[in-house]
Amino acid sequence: MSESKQASNHPQTEAGEENFTVKVGLAEMLKGGAIMDVTDAEQAKIAEDAGAIAVMALERIPSDIRKDGGVARMSDPDMIRKIQETVSIPVMAKCRIGHFAEAQILEALEVDFIDESEVLTPADEANHVAKHDFKVPFVCGSTCLGEALRRIGEGAAMMRTKGEAGSGNIVEAVRHMRTIQNEMKRLTIMSKEQLMSEAKNIGAPYDLVCYVAEHGKLPVPNFSAGGIATPADAALVRQLGAEAVFVGSGIFMSEDPAARAAAIVKATTYYDDPETLLEVSSGLKAGMKGILMQDLSPEERLASRGW
Amino acid sequence: MSDVVGVLALQGAFEKHIEMLSALGVENQRVRYAHELDECSALIIPGGESTTMSLLIQKFELYKKLQEFAAEKPVMGVCAGAILMAETVDDARVIPLKIMPMTAARNNYGRQVCSFSTDLDLECDAEGLPYQAHFIRAPGLTPNSDKIEKLASYNGEPVMMRSGRHMALAFHPELTKDSRIHECWLKRFHPSFQ
Repeated sequence: MSESKQASNHPQTEAGEENFTVKVGLAEMLKGGAIMDVTDAEQAKIAEDAGAIAVMALERIPSDIRKDGGVARMSDPDMIRKIQETVSIPVMAKCRIGHFAEAQILEALEVDFIDESEVLTPADEANHVAKHDFKVPFVCGSTCLGEALRRIGEGAAMMRTKGEAGSGNIVEAVRHMRTIQNEMKRLTIMSKEQLMSEAKNIGAPYDLVCYVAEHGKLPVPNFSAGGIATPADAALVRQLGAEAVFVGSGIFMSEDPAARAAAIVKATTYYDDPETLLEVSSGLKAGMKGILMQDLSPEERLASRGW
Repeated sequence: MSDVVGVLALQGAFEKHIEMLSALGVENQRVRYAHELDECSALIIPGGESTTMSLLIQKFELYKKLQEFAAEKPVMGVCAGAILMAETVDDARVIPLKIMPMTAARNNYGRQVCSFSTDLDLECDAEGLPYQAHFIRAPGLTPNSDKIEKLASYNGEPVMMRSGRHMALAFHPELTKDSRIHECWLKRFHPSFQ
């Protein structure tokens, strides 16, 4: 690799810098789009034809992982490979939190993005994957700014809200997006002297806290995930500041996956145009049933996995 | 007619182009609807997913309007945007706008692990300083006409081309702080860049 001639847009430095620009670059390309969970090649085709910008290949969608219980692991590489052979848009896959060996396998498989995901059963209760060591970019979930900056410090090239995966309920994604936006705004009005103490309070790397204080946003794209089930849900999180959306169980648990997927793609682009939102929201069949947060015990809540 | 540069904002890296244009002091606006093109004197089609963008272009009746726009005004296409500007594409789901006489091959270099950064020599830069280019799941672009000017090459393949007022790139000039490529394109028609 050649030496960097220009100042980086991102606060990371040294060896991985160019590689990090290329990783964050792919996340930039996904902005304004919908990434969809798919469990086989047929679903992947439906998602791609509907206009998904990427698919997340996983064996079971989050709502089924919830129902089935047991340990949820990285998907079968053969199943991911079949999806890679079927679609030409980027293919993402999930590894367990801290399971760097699963991540190594996914990198060898040449997936385009790895989601170090709380939807799978965590492999390490204390540590996440050291993501700068990989050539493949990572996306991670967060519920607050400190968590987002810790993941970026470890090398995540894209963030997403955790939301509550497989719930069909947008309330947690909204909470996480609003929390992160509020915390970022708060940093922008702090004086320089306050930033180190804030870095200590939220447990985030100081240089990244300074970046957010200066720019008012994360140094990597911030998307929303967890509970998006309708075009209106996609429009809501976009208006709250999400730069793109992940749709998990919401599409293939509904009665009309192809139509719903296409509607969510359009709602993500025209998120602030009520007339277009009305048009794409009309005539859809029933969405997924969904779960109320009070019906989930603390152990059943996936967002509390990772730190 | 004011000199507003539009950035197609259906999906993709449109914000980075807007940041770059604003930093250069060029008035700009997002374009998501056909009527917004009437307010623009030039257009950038950014990188993203060409299949998704093509679908939205069809659905929201931008196709004919974009072709009419390009018949009179300058267009710069980056990565997926360059694919959309081509005459022919190796993927039936992408309906190309046929703005430049070239053929595009999607994901020419492979998946994301094959994405890379490299230094290029820019023909349009008189000083000849190297330009750091980021290729992300980049397409291959092959000219179909002698009239196409090759402005930069990588491994002997053209990766930046000009045809009259239009320009197409396989890599991403919006992901660096080096604004030479935007300037080179703007210089041809934008009053403040003469």
